[in-house]
Amino acid sequence: MARRKLLALAFALLAAASLHAAEPDGQAPAFELPGNAGPVKSSAFHGKTIYLDFWASWCGPCKRSFPWMNELQEKYGKQGLQVIAVNVDQKGEDAQRFLARVPARFLVAYDPSGATPRRYGVKGMPSTALISPEGRIVFTHSGFDDEDKAGLESRIRQVLEGKLK
Amino acid sequence: MKPALALAAALAASGCSFIEPVQPWEKGTLAQPAMTFDGGRLETRASEHVYTSREAATGGGGVGGGGCGCN
Repeated sequence: MARRKLLALAFALLAAASLHAAEPDGQAPAFELPGNAGPVKSSAFHGKTIYLDFWASWCGPCKRSFPWMNELQEKYGKQGLQVIAVNVDQKGEDAQRFLARVPARFLVAYDPSGATPRRYGVKGMPSTALISPEGRIVFTHSGFDDEDKAGLESRIRQVLEGKLK
Repeated sequence: MKPALALAAALAASGCSFIEPVQPWEKGTLAQPAMTFDGGRLETRASEHVYTSREAATGGGGVGGGGCGCN
């Protein structure tokens, strides 16, 4: 009887070993990360729609997404959109080299420890999340391709116009 | 003795599942060109040409799991 209980415990341990972090749903996890001109705090952007993007210097699709995100910030900045790109490079120089080649006209924050992508349940690179002015995650998107641009932009526009919460 | 052995066997059988897998944002090293399985662009194009001309076989190369797996 004790042996059966022990075996049951052993199997429970086995099952527990494969648990992963759950995906966030609802409230966007807060963050405070160093940026190019002082800290970037999620609390400072309540009332704005945040397009949060996780990128790295080694990620090819990220290179293609930056010009598009520059356009987004330019077009919708007046309507309350703030693009925040969180860099997850473990070496800061890699990120700076990337930014020298691919300029970013939006906010860039740095998280070499990887705590923020973990809290946002990032499953692929690049990953984006759209956070409503009330601080809720409206949608997330993994990867980036030219075909994604139109769909993403229309959903962002809907959130900015208040049609999608 | 036997229950302890059973527990030890179960823990051993779990293998590396106790070790956390590599997260998507930690794949910087994997994304380096040295970490791909091909021998460089020239070698890849040469072997692709051989496969196409000899076997009429196309495709199979590209991003996939090797490298950063960004897509």
